[in-house]
Amino acid sequence: MSWAGNVVGLLLLGVVRLLTGAQARWLGCPPTAEQRIYFSNHQSHADLLMIWSALPSELRHCVRPIAATDYWTTSWLRMWVTTNVFNAVYVQRTRGEDSDEDPLAPVVQALNAGDSIILFPEGTRGNAALPQPFKAGLYNLAKQFPNVVLVPAWIDNIQRVMPKGEVVPVPVLCSVTFGKPIALTFDENRHDFLARARNAVIALKTQ
Amino acid sequence: MTSFIRALSESQQIGLMVVVIFSGLIATHAVLVCRSARYQSIATSLRADRPLLKRSWIMALVFVLCWILGSAWSTALFLGLSFIALREFITWSPTHRADHRSLILSFFILLPLQYALVWWGLLDVLTVLIPVYAFIALPVLGASQGDTVRFLDRNAQLHWGVMVCVFGLSHVPALVILDFEHSSTRSLFLVMFLVLVVQSCMLAQHLAAKRLARHTLPNGLRVFQWRPWLVGMFVGGLVGALMAGMTPFKPGEALAMAWIACVGGTLGHRVMAAIKHDKGIQRWGRLSGTTGATGLLDRIDALCFAAPVFLHALRWYFDV
Repeated sequence: MSWAGNVVGLLLLGVVRLLTGAQARWLGCPPTAEQRIYFSNHQSHADLLMIWSALPSELRHCVRPIAATDYWTTSWLRMWVTTNVFNAVYVQRTRGEDSDEDPLAPVVQALNAGDSIILFPEGTRGNAALPQPFKAGLYNLAKQFPNVVLVPAWIDNIQRVMPKGEVVPVPVLCSVTFGKPIALTFDENRHDFLARARNAVIALKTQ
Repeated sequence: MTSFIRALSESQQIGLMVVVIFSGLIATHAVLVCRSARYQSIATSLRADRPLLKRSWIMALVFVLCWILGSAWSTALFLGLSFIALREFITWSPTHRADHRSLILSFFILLPLQYALVWWGLLDVLTVLIPVYAFIALPVLGASQGDTVRFLDRNAQLHWGVMVCVFGLSHVPALVILDFEHSSTRSLFLVMFLVLVVQSCMLAQHLAAKRLARHTLPNGLRVFQWRPWLVGMFVGGLVGALMAGMTPFKPGEALAMAWIACVGGTLGHRVMAAIKHDKGIQRWGRLSGTTGATGLLDRIDALCFAAPVFLHALRWYFDV
């Protein structure tokens, strides 16, 4: 991580704390340095920033968010911030016509390297009260990396800070609740696991 | 006592204030720690009161520092407090997506403008900006967005939040603007007078309510308790009367003014408790977090209500 990336990171952290309070609630597990996949609901582009700010500074350097190339690499600034501040893993959301390579390949590579990741299994931002059904990516990763701990998280209130289509954020207190880790059981199929994972996220909403 | 304090120079008075406040805090802390070493029951209650003690220390340190540095710093401090308090209030208000523009107006235009007016000393403008102009501007902006679901509810709560957290609180540093002919440099002491009187009254009331029997109404809201309230009024009045020498008041006037502030503060606190009860929350700060943000508005809500009442009582009585 570059020197400028660190400075911008601290600046962003200050802004996020001023606007949202950036509260982290570790209800289901403590923040430890074991390899994890954090998965949460997705309502705003700022979600990535929220989880990143909620992590303790020691973990912030080894947890990498997944960023969609069709949004985060479209301008020079977004590209620079996601690379130098968040150290993001880029993923193609829409598969190209000719390629049959796995869209999760960069994530697999990051997990093989020992990094933790932040994943939004809905794939896209929703604005309903409950998250949309989860995409298969989480299941595939859970199957491929049985030793990585899966931590559900609920990001609360962030959609009020900056609703879709607005440019200026307003201050509202937000929190990130981390729940009890879940694991893929050997006899569980994809559909059941994804539904269980989604319920684990939703259950944190009311806690 | 009053004439002795009045004879001191301004910097001596400031020094005296600092010494009194911090020796009071140190004495309280020391007595509690020493006695907790001997009595188990006090050790338990000290553990329970530790957040209160810590908060009192932090609040006293920050406030006294800004107060010593002058009116610019005091104004900046209250600007920050208004921002945090309004953030807490809005978090629990039912704002919709359509209220985004109104929120931007409240946080980034009205709030800085109100404190700019305090800084420029435009007392006549700052007392009408929010009750008159924001009162029409906020709902007009809301109505232009087209979302009319619970319209009155949303806009009334927003305007109320701005009234309490911005309008009310900005009247504390606005006390500096008041110009008393016979003692022009004493206005900054009015800020100290108000804050010290109201906060010591609230602290005394809080501690007395904890020690004395506690009743709750069937719906969970605490019954108004006369005894803790009288304890609070007594302590607040005492602090006010003792400080008379630093203010433009005679001791009797200081006592009356302290009581006006205390009545405004304690009853305002009561109103905020009713709002919190209606919203089903214990504190304004969201949840019980580990990274701060645990209810600043709970600590300063009395000031928000006391300050405008106090300021206008002064203007009326002294004709300034």
